[in-house]
Amino acid sequence: MRTTILAFAALTAATVASAQSKSAAEGIAEYRAMLADGNPAELFEAKGEELWKTRRGPKNASLEGCDLGRGAGVVKGAFVELPRWFADTQRVQDLESRLLTCMNTLQGLDAAEIAKTPFGKGEQKNLESLVAWIAAESHGMKFNLPQSQAAEKTMYEAGKRIFFFRGGPYDFACATCHGEDGKRIRLQDLPNITQHEGAGAAFGAWPAYRVSSGELWGMQRRLNDCYRQQRFPYPGYGSDATIALGVYMGVNAKGAESIAPAIKR
Amino acid sequence: MTDPMRIRAQASGDKATVRVLMSHEMETGQRKDAAGKTIPAWYIQEVTARLNGAPVLSAQWGPAVAKNPFLQFSVKGAKAGDKVSLTWVDNRGETRTDEATVS
Amino acid sequence: MPTRRELLQRSATLAALMAGVGVLPGIARADAAGYAKAAFEAKSMAELTRTLGLATPTESKDVAIQGPDIAENGAVVPLGASTTLPGVKRLMLLVEKNPAMLTAMFDIDEHVDPAISTRAKMGQSSNVYAVAVMNDGRVLYAAKEVKVTLGGCGG
Repeated sequence: MRTTILAFAALTAATVASAQSKSAAEGIAEYRAMLADGNPAELFEAKGEELWKTRRGPKNASLEGCDLGRGAGVVKGAFVELPRWFADTQRVQDLESRLLTCMNTLQGLDAAEIAKTPFGKGEQKNLESLVAWIAAESHGMKFNLPQSQAAEKTMYEAGKRIFFFRGGPYDFACATCHGEDGKRIRLQDLPNITQHEGAGAAFGAWPAYRVSSGELWGMQRRLNDCYRQQRFPYPGYGSDATIALGVYMGVNAKGAESIAPAIKR
Repeated sequence: MTDPMRIRAQASGDKATVRVLMSHEMETGQRKDAAGKTIPAWYIQEVTARLNGAPVLSAQWGPAVAKNPFLQFSVKGAKAGDKVSLTWVDNRGETRTDEATVS
Repeated sequence: MPTRRELLQRSATLAALMAGVGVLPGIARADAAGYAKAAFEAKSMAELTRTLGLATPTESKDVAIQGPDIAENGAVVPLGASTTLPGVKRLMLLVEKNPAMLTAMFDIDEHVDPAISTRAKMGQSSNVYAVAVMNDGRVLYAAKEVKVTLGGCGG
């Protein structure tokens, strides 16, 4: 028994010594690679596909007639072109606000109610699944947000202003964390969203399955949490401010590959 | 109501690599909610894998297996077209079986 | 005919169940038949092997433990146990500093490769072990340290 304990101790010492020769960043990259195969987001994707085709709501209709920008019912490739201008609502919309529109018009569900519902509860849970599946249908495709409409260009500029706007009790802006190269919080590298590579890494990674909570987060929830961390009040689910930020990030990410739904800490 | 598993089974030579994602909270029974009450343990205890109906792997799990569990193993003597099924039973007595075809 | 030990284990389990039911009536909780409850409560390798009636484990180069050096979050740590030896009966994954060491155990026979991967929750940085129980009674293990930057059990 004693020899076993000594063996354990010696093994521990040896293992610790070798672990320190690899950098923390390399270690984390290895860890993430190990998790890439078998992303629990796939469980949400399966639900999302089913929800898209299920008749629901007061109008007992499915979402198969929903236009995500490439025509009614066209899901493939839609994710990498959002946010974009929609003629029927006369708005630039991101994926989540567009889903609210469709859930409202096609299914008769109350969009305002859903927007007020806390993340992870009720219809918000269904949105998580829908967002996961719709993003997966564009997995590997390159971001190509349209900037042909005047409103789309305005939203880009608005998004840029909001990105750099400092406020709140700590005088933070999105740019405080995401406006320069080489920043990190603990062991998470912070992408520089003002640049193409960083924008691609950031915008192309959400929605994502967060292992720390075992939850699927869409971009709206991710932005909500950013605002919480900046000690700002949240702009509101599907609000123009959050959509404008999406346009700013997405256009900066033009040509980058979408890896959504990704897996995150 | 249980959610479906994602099962992928890929043949290579005379074996098939099976990768499974299960939808389950895997609650340890150690956590407390916002009100301070312990969240009861709720986790998969038994997992069985079958090839064309015959058991090939059985496992017992504790609550330390991660939420939305992932499992990977290789079945011998499997070929494209064979059926792989997975069954889990949790500590509440709930159970779920899903099947996939080896590709 | 259940042994005295099995009866004692069952009554302990029943007592725990009854206490649990008292707190939350309406949720039927019954451990799966044949579930090695005591093994999943063992706090040390010694207690685990004693509970399962196994020989003292010895380290072996023929058993491998796969896992990351650093886990960004302890909630999901990929771990694998494998061996190149024939005649394996069971593979187990252990996390030393978890409230109970045993994470999972897999019965191995001629139908599957003696190589299993899953994901565990780790409360803190700890040694993790892959243990192979052989048909001839030998118990062999491999260990590595996994550093956890953020404990994965707190929610």
